[in-house]
Amino acid sequence: MKRAPSTPIVVLVHVGLVVFTVVALLPVMWVLSMALTPSQAFASGGLPIPTNPSLANFTDVVTTVDEDGTWLFVRQLFNSLIVSASTSLVGLALATTAAYALSRWEMPGKDRAMSAFLITQMFPGVVMAVPLYLLLDEVGLLDTLTGLVLVYATTTVPFSVWTLKGYFDTVPRDLEEAAMLDGANRWQTFAWVILPLARPALAVTGLFSFMSAWNEFILAATLLGDSRSYTLPVVLQRYVSDQGTEWGHFAAGAVIVSIPVVLLFFALQRHFVEGLTAGAVKG
Amino acid sequence: MATVGFQALHKRYGDTHVLKGIEAQVEDGEYVVLVGPSGCGKSTLLRCVAGLEEISEGQLTIGDRVVNSLAPAERDVAMVFQSYALYPHMTVAENMGFALRVAGRPREEIQARVAEVARMLELEPLLERLPAQMSGGQRQRVAMGRAIVRQPAVFLFDEPLSNLDASLRTHMRVELKRLHQRLGATILHVTHDQVEALTLADRILVLNQGIVQQFGSPRELYDTPANTFVATFIGSPSMNMLRGLPGEEAIVGVRPHDVVLGSGEISATVDVVESLGAEALVHLQLTDGTPMVAQVPEPASVKPGDAVNLAFAKVHRFDPSTERRL
Repeated sequence: MKRAPSTPIVVLVHVGLVVFTVVALLPVMWVLSMALTPSQAFASGGLPIPTNPSLANFTDVVTTVDEDGTWLFVRQLFNSLIVSASTSLVGLALATTAAYALSRWEMPGKDRAMSAFLITQMFPGVVMAVPLYLLLDEVGLLDTLTGLVLVYATTTVPFSVWTLKGYFDTVPRDLEEAAMLDGANRWQTFAWVILPLARPALAVTGLFSFMSAWNEFILAATLLGDSRSYTLPVVLQRYVSDQGTEWGHFAAGAVIVSIPVVLLFFALQRHFVEGLTAGAVKG
Repeated sequence: MATVGFQALHKRYGDTHVLKGIEAQVEDGEYVVLVGPSGCGKSTLLRCVAGLEEISEGQLTIGDRVVNSLAPAERDVAMVFQSYALYPHMTVAENMGFALRVAGRPREEIQARVAEVARMLELEPLLERLPAQMSGGQRQRVAMGRAIVRQPAVFLFDEPLSNLDASLRTHMRVELKRLHQRLGATILHVTHDQVEALTLADRILVLNQGIVQQFGSPRELYDTPANTFVATFIGSPSMNMLRGLPGEEAIVGVRPHDVVLGSGEISATVDVVESLGAEALVHLQLTDGTPMVAQVPEPASVKPGDAVNLAFAKVHRFDPSTERRL
């Protein structure tokens, strides 16, 4: 039987854990504290505890309207949700089919294609901003959410393909052969047998795509010109200007922006740990 | 139900020639077991019938149709995989009804057929379980049920019992035999277990290095093996093969139970005696060092180190150059 660790070790471990927790949580606490403090000053020093806490910053951010009286925040939140969800869906649709093909069929240039996918990940968004701007301008998709979705989806596909291919490789081929003998065609086999089994990988790649699009700033700021088509990261940046920074609004906006991602993560986390292929084959 | 015909069937993977001109005709309702050592091509042959491997040359017929270029689904065959290959996210009922669902059958019909087969295989209490919640034997029965629900022309079993423990395997062997008697279906069954082959098969097809060595009833294979390979492969313990016996040009094959201890002109020394309960295996060494085994009733009258004389109740003779039966 393993002996229980001695008291000094337990204390030391807990001190270490507390330090790590504080280091991890302190920035978040600062942001929360600034968001709840009814001032636009940058709070530093001391503990991250709001002075005269109120929801004024949140109210200001949420109730922003433009000169025509359009409720901007809701519009921009909607933009962010649409762009992120569409990026996830388009990215997954392209990546699942590509990854399945790369996992199951031998084809000339397969390894090179996989390497090429990786190479595209080496270039940061800012490098591609100008060519993408010109490209979208050429096809008339500049300053549109459709254009932004296409750009985001193409940047998330390579990572998704790698992740999904790795997962598909682990799904026993016997299952596909059994489905084919049961009369299913390739598409039915993919949709009814393979995809349900790949749920954990789909959840990971879907969340990755969603978060990439949700958090992305540089391309959105470059490709979108009208405040009505802004996504939330662009809106947040507008609180930082030459005339000064509205730190209270910025922090409140940051908290609001993070909520959907946190909710999505909790909703999907069950799938991350599910070993769905258990019991598929012998043993 | 249907016949299965192999006409000069070849299978190649690049330069590797796996099946070399298979010729055989499986009759309607026959239980045929394919046996042979690892890598002999028996599973490849089964996969060719299933349509999971392309045939390189020759012809494969199921019933009166040439099926070489038909997709697996169009061949009217069902396969039980060694790994069972149950869909892990579907319940037992969904697994068993999957083929009918793909075929677009009405829900009531699917439920009725699944219920009927579940009753036959005693799977009724398990219908709502997932594969992961079942034992190996139960999964094996579900895999069998999934095949039966489809009512195919031909059943293909790829080592279906090899993942079960010894006692369960014996039980399932009897179940398979019973199932065949009940369904009267044409079955091709791949195994490397010769006991499985001898007990289940109407006829056994012995393969070695992609070539059919013999295709006959278990009795024929045992009593009149076509060559030394079949002679040594079928029967446990293996047939003794003796070369260069005095006054004998041919290779002489003697089943262990045909060796008579205590009389005859051949001298040997007892090496080891293995007791199997009702009988014993006596390992002997001839004067020229050739090892052989005798199967005698217990209690064995000899012990290690004894010098004995041997006679053979029945011998099989094989051509020393071609190794074919004379």
